[in-house]
Amino acid sequence: MTAIVEVNGLERVFGANRAVDGMTFHVQPGEVFGLLGPNGAGKTTTVRLLNGILPPSGGSARVFGLDPASDGQRVRQQTGVLTETPALYERLSAYENLAFFATLTGIPEAALNGRVLEMLAFFGLEDRAKDKVETYSKGMKQRLALARALIHKPPLLFLDEPTSGLDPEAAQHVNALIADLSHQNGQTILLATHNLLEAQRLCDRVAVMNKGRILAMGSLKELSRKLWPVTWVDITFWQVPAENATGSLKTLRGVKQVTGQSVAWQVQVEGEEVIPQVVQHLAAQGASILKVNPRDYTLEDIYFALQAGEK
Amino acid sequence: MNWRSIWAIAQKDLKEVRQNKAAWGPAIIVPLIFAILMPILFTVLPQVIPVEDVERELGDMDVMLEAMPPALLALFDGLGLEQMFVLYMAGFMLAPLFLIMPLMFSTVVGSDSFVGERERKTMEALLYAPISDLELFLGKVLAAVIPAIGLSWITYLVYIIVVNVASYPLFGRIWFPLAPWWPMMFWLTPALAVLGISATVLISSRVKTFMEAYQMSASLVVLVLALVVGQVTGVLFLGVGTVLLIGSLVWLVDALLIYLSVSRFNRTSLIANL
Repeated sequence: MTAIVEVNGLERVFGANRAVDGMTFHVQPGEVFGLLGPNGAGKTTTVRLLNGILPPSGGSARVFGLDPASDGQRVRQQTGVLTETPALYERLSAYENLAFFATLTGIPEAALNGRVLEMLAFFGLEDRAKDKVETYSKGMKQRLALARALIHKPPLLFLDEPTSGLDPEAAQHVNALIADLSHQNGQTILLATHNLLEAQRLCDRVAVMNKGRILAMGSLKELSRKLWPVTWVDITFWQVPAENATGSLKTLRGVKQVTGQSVAWQVQVEGEEVIPQVVQHLAAQGASILKVNPRDYTLEDIYFALQAGEK
Repeated sequence: MNWRSIWAIAQKDLKEVRQNKAAWGPAIIVPLIFAILMPILFTVLPQVIPVEDVERELGDMDVMLEAMPPALLALFDGLGLEQMFVLYMAGFMLAPLFLIMPLMFSTVVGSDSFVGERERKTMEALLYAPISDLELFLGKVLAAVIPAIGLSWITYLVYIIVVNVASYPLFGRIWFPLAPWWPMMFWLTPALAVLGISATVLISSRVKTFMEAYQMSASLVVLVLALVVGQVTGVLFLGVGTVLLIGSLVWLVDALLIYLSVSRFNRTSLIANL
């Protein structure tokens, strides 16, 4: 499959600051790809570089096979961007905001009204379409900004901190809309965020960034495996197992370590595929197992492990 | 060049600026004073004050008329004292003041359009739209130039009507506008509207707020005041040739400023100023 976004050794320097420092990544069609990092990591600069708003200082970028630096307008025909602040015309109505951007994106006059109304309905804003945006809540503004980014049905959507400054309810609403776009429409999304939970929920793969560089990249599972090649399993017994169970378990292939006492054990295995064998082995020894819980690493674990390693 | 996008930007900016009362207040009051209050004052006054006062006034005016080019002086041939006063004031002395309007209108809208967009943090979304830098620039320039020229012409029209109506009892005919007003309306006024916006674009990259931009651009009015002083002191009278010459000079300056503005107006510098 041809990647929609191909970034190779991309650089952007502002004076002495290397905002983007040799980034390399690809985004496949239909994928939700996350750029995850603290403020100043270079996420927004990357979005600007990929849309031809800024020229790179080095390296290369291709979006739909086009160079954004020289062909920015054609790239932007096929991208939609939700900026960190909604950047809406507050003195105009939601309808006027969308109609304006629909015109700029080249939607024909005959189709414009229908498309604007469709987007207002999809984002639940049709009742307030004629009201000035300055009367909207933050959550409504963010939904309207998302509608604006999607008005021309772009095959690639950039979301820069989409839930920044929203209350939990509004943030959940916006995240649900993004998840819908991805799952139902197969929308390709590049999500720039520092919100770990959001990235974990929405992204197929993430690139963890700091100071303009990618520290690690992959799916949650791949990143966990990279950072922690072994898996810990917590096992809880109904009754204390026989004394020889511990010793015999240690001899099982793939089991690296057994700790714990009484009814709560922690077993370190080489991979998740070893866990069924562990369970079978213990059952054969007559142990009555109440619960087997392989420890999952969250994106938060991965993120802080990587950032700590960077420091 | 996508004119539909350019026109959409211009319309959007005009919609926005219509809602900015801080911008429109002075822009409405000044034309009202120039087009209605002042011509009434200068055309009605000579008709109601005693003739000897007018004569005393015209004693000073003789000095000024001596400095006038012969072609313009011919306009005063065969006129009575009051008529001369009205023609001198309404036809010449007030003329340069009208040149403030295209400058003022274009700097008001231009400041709101270029700096206000940044101040209200709406510029970034616009930069991500699939339009070229030049289309964005032209849309914003049109948003300033069209109303600046249009409103100036409306003000001229009102002035022409008011002067003719108010002075009709004195002249008994429609005598205004005088010949120099035509190039002033259709040559110099558009040139000044473009001067206002191109200067505003250049200033806009160096200021943070609409008011700052407006105040800096509005200092161009000093140029127009120089013309007022020129006429009052008899150094420079706005005859047809003079107006055409000044207009040509302003258009030349416009060309230079537009060239500089376009070369500096690009996404990279705009995003850097956000």
